[in-house]
Amino acid sequence: MVEGELLIRNGVVYDPINGVNGEKKDICIRDGKVVEEVRNPKVIDAEGRVVMPGGVDIHAHIAGGKVNAGRLFRPEDGRKGREAKTKVCRAQSGYSVPNTFATGYRYAKMGYTFVMEAAMPPLAARHTHEEIVDIPILDNAAMPLIDNNWMTMDYVKSGDMDLLAAYVAWIIKATKGYGVKIVNPGGTEAWAWAKNCDLNDAVPYFDVTPAEIVKSLAVANEKFEMPHSIHVHGNMLGHPGNYEVTTSTYDLVKGIKPYRDRPTMHATHTQFHSYGGTTWGDFESKAGAIADYVNKNEHVSIDLGSVILGDTTTMTADGPMEYSLYQITGRKWTNHDVELETGSGITPFLYSGKVSVHTIQWAIGQELALLIKDPWKVALTTDHPNAGPFIGYPIIISMLMSKRRRDESAADMHKAIYDRAALPSIDREYDLYEIAIVTRGMTAKTLGLHEHGKGHLGVGADGDVAIYDISPEERDAGRIQKAFLNTKYTIKGGEVVVKDGEVVATPAGKTYFVTPECDEKLTDEMMEKLKDKFEHYYSVTFNNYPVQDAYVPNPYEIKAPWRS
Amino acid sequence: MVEITDVVCSLCGCVCDDIVVEVEDNKVTKVKGACAVGKSKLMGHGRIESPAIRENGSLKDCSYDEAIKKAAEILAAARRPLLYGWSSTVCEADKVGVELAEEIGAVIDNTASVCHGPSVLAIQDVGLPSCTLGEVKNRADLVIYWGANPAAAHANHMKRYSYISKGYWTEEGKKNKKLVVVDVRKTATAKMADVFLQIEQGKDYLVFSALRAMLYGYEDVVPEEVGGISKKDLLETVRMMKEAKFGIIFFGMGVTHTGARHNNIVNAIQTTRAAHTHTKFNIMPMRGHYNVAGINQVCTWETGYPFAVDLSRGYAWYNPGEHSATDLLVRRECDAALIIASDPGAHFPGESIRHLAKIPVIQIDPFPNPTTEFADVVIPAAISGVEAEGNVYRMDNIPIRLRKLVDTEYMADEEIMEGILEEVRAIKGKESE
Ligand SMILES: [Zn+2]
Repeated sequence: MVEGELLIRNGVVYDPINGVNGEKKDICIRDGKVVEEVRNPKVIDAEGRVVMPGGVDIHAHIAGGKVNAGRLFRPEDGRKGREAKTKVCRAQSGYSVPNTFATGYRYAKMGYTFVMEAAMPPLAARHTHEEIVDIPILDNAAMPLIDNNWMTMDYVKSGDMDLLAAYVAWIIKATKGYGVKIVNPGGTEAWAWAKNCDLNDAVPYFDVTPAEIVKSLAVANEKFEMPHSIHVHGNMLGHPGNYEVTTSTYDLVKGIKPYRDRPTMHATHTQFHSYGGTTWGDFESKAGAIADYVNKNEHVSIDLGSVILGDTTTMTADGPMEYSLYQITGRKWTNHDVELETGSGITPFLYSGKVSVHTIQWAIGQELALLIKDPWKVALTTDHPNAGPFIGYPIIISMLMSKRRRDESAADMHKAIYDRAALPSIDREYDLYEIAIVTRGMTAKTLGLHEHGKGHLGVGADGDVAIYDISPEERDAGRIQKAFLNTKYTIKGGEVVVKDGEVVATPAGKTYFVTPECDEKLTDEMMEKLKDKFEHYYSVTFNNYPVQDAYVPNPYEIKAPWRS
Repeated sequence: MVEITDVVCSLCGCVCDDIVVEVEDNKVTKVKGACAVGKSKLMGHGRIESPAIRENGSLKDCSYDEAIKKAAEILAAARRPLLYGWSSTVCEADKVGVELAEEIGAVIDNTASVCHGPSVLAIQDVGLPSCTLGEVKNRADLVIYWGANPAAAHANHMKRYSYISKGYWTEEGKKNKKLVVVDVRKTATAKMADVFLQIEQGKDYLVFSALRAMLYGYEDVVPEEVGGISKKDLLETVRMMKEAKFGIIFFGMGVTHTGARHNNIVNAIQTTRAAHTHTKFNIMPMRGHYNVAGINQVCTWETGYPFAVDLSRGYAWYNPGEHSATDLLVRRECDAALIIASDPGAHFPGESIRHLAKIPVIQIDPFPNPTTEFADVVIPAAISGVEAEGNVYRMDNIPIRLRKLVDTEYMADEEIMEGILEEVRAIKGKESE
């Protein structure tokens, strides 16, 4: 936040949360917030260019143990993004696993001002926060992994949903986290024995199923006024024929009432979960079936996990999935299982337009965006860096906006795209309003952040603005891509942080965290079981476990009261 | 008297966090739960009393301000400065170190360069299937120490995390586990082993290769004896590996610094992957200093690379072997050095030390050591984990916060580094005017 007044005049504004669709409109900012009017402002003339609220990324892996393990074991990736220190910026490195400073600068240049770190292992939460502090400009939050936890599985087994909620509250608070993240429920625990789980398999030794875990966590989540639904990376990610597991996972939470008008489940990187076929040989797109489900139901939102062709670094708490990927490629493989909680795997991967499977994967991400009718159910992501690095977002934007560009790209790719994917037959093109929805409106709303000033430009919102150097009529895919990669201006809390594609200021971002408020008696009862886990099984003591305040120097707390 | 629980030990990579200390009159008077060396560190011993600057061959006491100013002058004037150490301090100080390195275009390197540097190179080659220490505690039924002697170097390792510890599937501790030790001599750890494989010096690569061949089903290509170990014993070890539900190899400096060096570790990791085709198998380096893992982490997320980072070009350049601390010194390329929380005077090869003794050296440390003998500016620091708090990473990369137990007049590493950075910026600001 910066004191003083700023007026952005002559912009064509796309602010979907407030229903503003390409209106010529002034934006007034005072002391970092959007206001009705200003008296004596600095003026930026947007000259008829496209103006949007700061972008909000709902799911990316930008900070923490596995991101850094990715950097550490890929110096060859570090060498790709080198930029020397300037008066304003620290030295930069990396492409798919950029260093923390480059992460902040590059997002800001694309007009983003908020990023959700998608997977924080609770035991290593301090690490995630330490890196977040070193990511300049971006407001941020992180979601702790809560699904393979022994505490969670114990309560799922006993059916004590109130005690499960008490544990969920405690761990979100202990990690300064934002919500409930689920990654291959049960499967990651099984991976500690080199096994995996399908949706209805029993988790070894725990006698619960992944389906029960997902359902129970949704119930526990909705016991509080949580800003976000459960955030789910389901079972069998990346397996041919997994689309039925995906829709069965969606079905699990169908009857559960969300605390307010948002879905009960956010299903992430859906591209990886929309596969038909039985092997890699007859692999095909089932984006149509997934889109059909999402079109007919209101309880699920998705993000794309859309593929960017080229080399990247895959990383997930889904340990067994990374192991299978490494077995396919034979490239290097790192794995890090985390006691009583989760795991992780990392391996480099090259998406090639000459390979049938990769081509179909590339098509699926875009098909989902184009076949799901309501863009308010869709977020644009690449599951950075899994399907590709975040700096590829402008490529996806240009594809969604241009049928011609998609056709030209498809013509260069493996011919499987014409018979095992639907993309070439889809005519729909996104307009700028829809792009604004899938990159800020929908994502802010789904995370519940619109009530905290993100993702829109209504009075009271944060003064986070992106000015893209294109006119609203622009249809040229190349120019659209270029404009979305480097803004004319990015303004964060009323301060110009990017001008003409250069970073000019690097204020620190705020860390949003949620405090679910749980009944003391329940907490005490839960605590007995929890302390026993620390006494006997954790390698860190109970008192040394919670993230200390020192790790979150710019906190923004959101309280989530218990629903009576 | 005050009792403080959950104290975190700032000695070795075990970072035990269940220590109990008693504090009386602002002094640690009793330590429970630490190993002997950890206890001695927490109790405190002879330290550098005052900031000092060398004049005519001998160190003369001065104020913190004078020492920091002098240090900044040396660094700002240097053309090829080296910032080295960082493993026995907290991440907060390490971060300022990276920032200073960027500011003056220095090479920043840490002690991994002379200990587990080869392990890092191996990880960059093939990756690292690993886990947290609590995974080992709860699940491991086969523990292998290779070229490592925790009974001497990481005294609580077996008790807290591995062979002797009790966990969920290992309720009876060592009764549920098997211990294999591979070493050149019968160490204290080896004496506890179910199977001790006495390996010939420098033959680790061969033995890993033999195990790996056997794990992949090619035992017929393995000769009757490999590296001093009989085929029979190797076959028995492979049988144990395959039958284990969860196995782990902990390896130490005995493997990283002999024979094929980093290729030993590549082979060790590939042997782990071979075992993983049969059952769950992990591998972990036995990190020495309590935060050597932490400086590798910080340096990686800030520069992209874990050690031996050259910032003279304005961006990070990584080529270990070309500008690791010792290479730089052996080539007499470096013209000033800041040494923090480490002791190259005792651990670097003679040729590097000879050059280090010739150039201006700034030392930041709570304790005197051989480096103090030739340092030109000596700045005493608060003892992290006793007098100052901060974040550290255990050998399995789990972050834990060191606690402050007593008050001190000494400045923390982080504050000293910030002071130097500020002075350097002031000098450079004046120069550019
Ligand atoms: Zn993800």
